[in-house]
Amino acid sequence: MENTGKQLMLGNKAIARGLYEAGVCFISSYPGTPSTEVTEEAAKYDEIYCEWAPNEKVAMEAAFGASLAGRRSFCAQKHVGLNVAADPLYTMSYTGVNAGMVVLVADDPGMHSSQNEQDSRYHAIASKVPMIEPADSEEALEYTKLAFDISEKFDTPVLIKMCTRVAHSQSVVEPGERKVPEFDYEKNIAKYVMMPGNAKKRHPFVEERTEKLREYAETSDINKVFLGGTKIGIITSSTSYQYVREVFGDSVSVLKLGMVNPLPVRLIKDFAAKVEELYVVEELDPIIENHVKSLGLEVQGKEMLPICDEFSQNLIAKAFGKEVTEGYKVEDAIPGRPPVMCAGCPHRGLFFTLKQNKCTVLGDIGCYTLGAVPPLSTIEMTLCMGASISALHGFNKVGGEETEKKTVAVIGDSTFMHSGMTGLANIAYNQTNSTVIILDNSITGMTGHQQNPTTGYNIKGDPAGKIDLEALVKAMGIERVRVVDPYNLEECDRVIKEELAVSEPSVIISRRPCALLKYVKHNGPLKCNREKCVGCKSCMRIGCPAISMKDGKVVIDETLCVGCGVCTQLCKFGALEG
Amino acid sequence: METKNIMIVGVGGQGSLLASKILGHLLLSQGYDVKVSEVHGMSQRGGSVVTYVRYGDKVYSPVIDKGEADFIVSFEILEAARWLEFLKKDGQIVTNTQQIDPMPVITGAAEYPADLAKKIKDAGAKIDAIDCLSVAKEAGSAKAVNIVLLGRLSHYFDIPEEAWMASLEANVPAKFLEMNKKAFELGKHSA
Repeated sequence: MENTGKQLMLGNKAIARGLYEAGVCFISSYPGTPSTEVTEEAAKYDEIYCEWAPNEKVAMEAAFGASLAGRRSFCAQKHVGLNVAADPLYTMSYTGVNAGMVVLVADDPGMHSSQNEQDSRYHAIASKVPMIEPADSEEALEYTKLAFDISEKFDTPVLIKMCTRVAHSQSVVEPGERKVPEFDYEKNIAKYVMMPGNAKKRHPFVEERTEKLREYAETSDINKVFLGGTKIGIITSSTSYQYVREVFGDSVSVLKLGMVNPLPVRLIKDFAAKVEELYVVEELDPIIENHVKSLGLEVQGKEMLPICDEFSQNLIAKAFGKEVTEGYKVEDAIPGRPPVMCAGCPHRGLFFTLKQNKCTVLGDIGCYTLGAVPPLSTIEMTLCMGASISALHGFNKVGGEETEKKTVAVIGDSTFMHSGMTGLANIAYNQTNSTVIILDNSITGMTGHQQNPTTGYNIKGDPAGKIDLEALVKAMGIERVRVVDPYNLEECDRVIKEELAVSEPSVIISRRPCALLKYVKHNGPLKCNREKCVGCKSCMRIGCPAISMKDGKVVIDETLCVGCGVCTQLCKFGALEG
Repeated sequence: METKNIMIVGVGGQGSLLASKILGHLLLSQGYDVKVSEVHGMSQRGGSVVTYVRYGDKVYSPVIDKGEADFIVSFEILEAARWLEFLKKDGQIVTNTQQIDPMPVITGAAEYPADLAKKIKDAGAKIDAIDCLSVAKEAGSAKAVNIVLLGRLSHYFDIPEEAWMASLEANVPAKFLEMNKKAFELGKHSA
């Protein structure tokens, strides 16, 4: 069942299947929603070497090395991850590849799990690398194989662009066979050593390649015309194509672009000539629209459709003046249900302590970003991977002793390995009396439990190298390194006070594995002794989802509580019992 | 056949992904084109989550929009109310009556509305409300709320029970199969 016949498959899993069938031998990625499952699923094939790299730049460079050595290679990341890996990408465009190399980038329109809504197509345009964009799982599988053929034929890395709705939707695919092409490594300094003299010769190659790729886009099946009358013509791609067909069926003409960089010229002009009114329906920025306008064609796009947020069938129907029906409503205000730190989350006790100490907390990217939401409301800044530490240094250089005594950076173990180390190097080198807290929960949590260089296990869960955080931090020149258990509020409070007080840089490692990890053994759920509980709500200050009030007394949800005991340290009446 | 829409709504961590997997598998086995759209990442952490299951001759959009859902399968009553706008006229809600306080209620910033099942009914929607947690516990695990709901949902479908069982078998670990089959049966006949 798994490998043959029609089956429902997640878009990301279909990419992984495509990687298997394309004969990919090497995959290196850093997790990031909505791209993570591609690499996780690929790792289930024994024929493919897969790894989690410390960050996207390392992953992409590792994949480049594998291509150079003569085997098809791949890396995947979310949109902001491609910013981190932009450096190798832009110059790989010049070197080209040996064996095919494909780079997946997953955008997140609607920001389901992201800090911005950037449009990755700009990276394709700016790096002059071709980009293809599947609209469902079947295309995800087929385009992945095609991407390697394009990569080798045109001597270029190829970008596959996914979005949340394609990555995290299941649709029907039919898997095929695996074939492994092999290439020999050949020394070629003029092609692979990008110093000025060589790069200068490669740039014209890149420009010529773009024109050849454009010609490919004019005629290849990857761009498809569906004729449906001469009145309305819609140019679209990806999930927007699905919404257009959902709304219009076969009643309008559609040009579906599977290759979004470079964009065709003749194909678009011919399509425009066949219809009276031309529209572009694309999520995020008006990239196809601006291209169409640059051809001197009259077209409507962002005048009627938003730049912000993701689309849906109703949104498009309304934009085209069609009526949509809405469902039912109750009168009551429905309270929101924002995501929260899980019951037993080791971050909770640490954030509570920071709040009690009235610390200014500069945050980072991970589950612990939830330290910014009520009732903890502790994190005051989150920008991008690693920024907590670098920004703390700048904040303290300007603020001096006044901020040094009450400001901390918080960063997870995986995020620290990703790009926190370089910020800490700056603190050690340019010396601010900064206090950095590494929230070491022994896993990459937010993206769904991926291993990282500090956990001691690889992507398959087998034993691997393990970086010792204490030794690493000390080797970087930070003399003061403390380890605390975030379930122990008294210890956290004492150590945070001590480290903020000293006049030198320090690192506190708050160490306790993620409560959701399978190997973590929990105490049984706590119970509230209603005789002792006075309803003071002191225990509710930590924002645990397992604690609520019924009839003036605390109730513990036995299906959620893992007995971490943080709340018991807040109860003066001993009402919360194990 | 025109595309049919099932929304599965609940609180992150309640097991809605497994429910959608079983449904998707089932509907594909019945010869339909199927799309299932899931939620991963940040919103899974105890937040309001929604999964879309669509099936028919040819399914385009992976998502369900307001006024389109033939069924809303809800793991928690507040979530049924939250997504009510997505129910089609004459659509059916199948919901667990369980209440899970969201953080704004826990912190006292908001109140959990009372009598939601009745209010949903008064709004004109068809609602089938069951205490799935009790039924699941009777079957042997509080975690089987998802299967209890599927059992109840099966009551509204003209699909043979063997096909539902086959999908359960294909998607549930063998050691939990008997318990889940029991949860399905109890759910199907609860009202």
